[in-house]
Amino acid sequence: MLAFVIRRIMQSAAVMLAVALIAFLMFRFVGDPVNQMVGVDTPQEEVARLRESLGLNDPTIVQFGRFIGNALRFDFGVSYQFRQPVTRLLAERAPATLELAFTAAAFALVVGLIMGVYCALRRDSWLAQLFQAISLIGVSLPTFLIGILLIYLFAVVLGWLPSNGRGQVVKIGDWWTTGFLTTSGLRALVLPAITLGLFQMTLIMRLVRAEMLEVMRTDYIKFAKARGLRTRSIHFGHALKNTLIPVITIAGLQLGSIIAFAIITETVFNWPGMGLLFLKAVQNVDIPIMAAYLMLIGLLFVLINLLVDLTYGLVDPRLRIAMRS
Amino acid sequence: MTEPVISVRDLRVEFVTRKGILRAIDGVSFDIMPGEVLGVVGESGAGKSVTGSAIIGLIEPPGRIAGGEIRLHGQRIDNLDPESLRRIRGRKIAMIFQDPLTSLNPLYRVGEQLVETILTHTDLGPAAARARAIDLLNEVGIPAPERRIDGYPHEFSGGMRQRVVIALALCAEPDFIVADEPTTALDVSVQAQIIALIRKLCRERGTAVMLVTHDMGVIAETADRVAVMYAGRVAEIGPVRDVVKHPLHPYAKGLMGAIPTLEAEAERLVQIPGSMPRLSNIPLGCAFNPRCERVFDRCRVERPDPNVPRFGLEGEAPLMPGHHVACHLYTRKTVETAS
Ligand SMILES: Nc1ncnc2c1ncn2[C@@H]1O[C@H](COP(=O)(O)OP(=O)(O)OP(=O)(O)O)[C@@H](O)[C@H]1O
Ligand code: SF4
Ligand SMILES: [Mg+2]
Repeated sequence: MLAFVIRRIMQSAAVMLAVALIAFLMFRFVGDPVNQMVGVDTPQEEVARLRESLGLNDPTIVQFGRFIGNALRFDFGVSYQFRQPVTRLLAERAPATLELAFTAAAFALVVGLIMGVYCALRRDSWLAQLFQAISLIGVSLPTFLIGILLIYLFAVVLGWLPSNGRGQVVKIGDWWTTGFLTTSGLRALVLPAITLGLFQMTLIMRLVRAEMLEVMRTDYIKFAKARGLRTRSIHFGHALKNTLIPVITIAGLQLGSIIAFAIITETVFNWPGMGLLFLKAVQNVDIPIMAAYLMLIGLLFVLINLLVDLTYGLVDPRLRIAMRS
Repeated sequence: MTEPVISVRDLRVEFVTRKGILRAIDGVSFDIMPGEVLGVVGESGAGKSVTGSAIIGLIEPPGRIAGGEIRLHGQRIDNLDPESLRRIRGRKIAMIFQDPLTSLNPLYRVGEQLVETILTHTDLGPAAARARAIDLLNEVGIPAPERRIDGYPHEFSGGMRQRVVIALALCAEPDFIVADEPTTALDVSVQAQIIALIRKLCRERGTAVMLVTHDMGVIAETADRVAVMYAGRVAEIGPVRDVVKHPLHPYAKGLMGAIPTLEAEAERLVQIPGSMPRLSNIPLGCAFNPRCERVFDRCRVERPDPNVPRFGLEGEAPLMPGHHVACHLYTRKTVETAS
C-alpha cells in the first residue's frame, strides 16, 4: 500500500512539473512581460535594466528553476492589471468558486445518484423515461444556455431568485468568506449551482443507471436472488455497492472539471470567483494570473485523481491486494 | 409411498421477443424424490437452465411461465406472488450456478454473504449465524474455516469458491437444489471433488438435486435418473442405468453412443449431424425429426406424447416404470412401419 501511494505521488509530481512547464512557457512566449510593465516612452536602458533585474537574461533552464521555486512558495508574481500579488487575488476569490463548485458537485452527486438508481430499478416507469429525456437535454445543452434559461425563468419571469453575485457573505477567519450563513447568500447560490452541476448530474445519473443495470445482470446478483435475499438488500446493498465503485472515480474526477468549468457559470451569473478573474486576465493578457490559475487547476486535478485512486483502493478489496503487492 | 419433493407437470416457458413468442420449454414433466439426483442432459439451448430457473422462480421478463404446474411437496409454487416465492427461494429451494468466479459478490466477505443468507431464512442471531456459517464452510470442506470466513471471494481458488457457493446454497437446509453445470468452469481434478461433495450432501441430508451437466461421466456416477432434453422437451427420462446404457430415443442414442464405458471421465457430448432447430422454427410433430435416422411419416405430423406407455422393440416388453420415451418408434402398432 505504501509503495503504491509513493508511486502515485511521484506520478502526480511529474504531471505537475509538466503543467509548470506549460505555465512557464506561457510567460516566456505569450507577450513580453517587460512590455506589459513599461510605458511606450520608457528609455531603452531602463528596459534593459528591468530585464536584467527580472532575470530574463538568464538561461531558460535557470529561469524555469526560479519559476518552480517561486511556485512552491505560492509566489506567482504581481498581476499586470491590478498591481497586486497574484496569490492574494486568487485567495480572495477562491472561497466563492469553491463554495459554488462543492454545492454544484453535491447537487450533482445526490440528485444524479437518486435518479440513476431509480431509472435502473424502475426502468420501464414513465418517471424513469422522463428522467432519461431530461438527462438528454442536460447533456446536450451548453452551460451558458442553461444559465440564461434559468435566469430568465426564475429571476426575470418569476422573480424568485437573484441572478447576479453572491448575496451577503460572512467573513470566517482571515480570508474565507462564506455565503452559506445568510439567506441571501444561499438564495444566490441556487441558480449558479444548478447551472454548474446540471451537466455532471445528468452524467452521473446516466452512469449510475447504466452501471447498475449492468450489475443487476451479473451472476452474483442472480445468485443473491436465488438465495432469497430481501429485495431491498439486493438493490441497495449488493447492487448499489458494486455500482458505486466506478461512479466514485468518475464523480471524483468530475469535481476537477466542475471547478474548471466554473468560469462560464461565473461569467453568466457575475459570480465573483477565480473563473471570472481568469477570464478578465485573458482579456488583458495578464499572464501571471493565467499561469497561476493554470497551475492551480492542474494541482486540483492531480490531487483529486490521487484521492480518487486511494479511496477506490479502500472500497474495492481486490485492489487493496493489488496495491499491497 | 414417499411424495416427490419437486413435481413438474407439462411446464411451458415462453419468451416474448420482437420476433414473436418463443416457446423455450414445451410440456416438460418430471418428479424428483427426496435424496434423488436427476441428471439433465442435452445440447446447448435445449432448455436445461430455463427449466431450473422456472422451478426456482427466476424467469424474468420477457420470459414467463405460460402453462403447467410446479409443485413443491405437493404445493403449487409456480403461481405464488414474488414475496412468497422469495421466502421459498434459498430456504426450500436453492440453486448453484456454473461459474463460481462470478457467483459471489466481490465486495462482500464470504462470511458476510453466508451470514446474511442465514439471517434471512432462520431465526438465528448474528453470533449463532456466524457459528453456523463456519460449520457450513467446514462441512463443504474448506480448511481453517474460522479464518477463511473473513476472506474475500478473490482470495479463494475456483474449487474453493464453488464450495463456498454450495455452502451458501445449503444455508437454510433446502429440500431441493438446482445445480446448473456446477463443475463446468472448474479444473478436471476439482470437478470430481465437487460432484462427490454434492452427492454426499444429497445422501446425508436427503436433499433432492437437479443436476444439469454436459458430462456423461458425471451423470453415470452421480445421477439416479436422467432426463434427456431436446428443443425444450424431454426426449427420454428414466433410471440412469437404462437411459445411459440402453437409450431408446434416437437422440439419446446419439448422445450416449460415443461414450467409452469405463474411462468416461471427461467425455463431452458427441456431435449429432445437424443442429438443434431455433426456437422460432421448431418443426411440426417430433422436434427431432429433421435429424432423425429413423424418421417416418407419423413423426412429421404428430408430436410424440412422452406420457403414453411405450414398449421396447424386442419382444415389445413394456418399459420399466418411470422410463418414458417421447418417440413413435416405441408404440406397438408402428413397430413394423418403422423398421
Ligand atoms: N432471456 C431470454 N430471452 C430469449 N430467449 C431465451 C432467454 N433465455 C433463454 N432463452 C432461450 O431459451 C432456450 C433454452 O436456453 P437454456 O439456457 O435453458 O439452454 P441450456 O440447455 O441451459 O443450454 P446450455 O447448455 O448452453 O446452458 C435457448 O434457445 C435460449 O435462446
Ligand atoms: S418420433 Fe420419429 S423423428 Fe422423433 S425420434 Fe422417434 S423416430 Fe425419430
Ligand atoms: Mg444452461
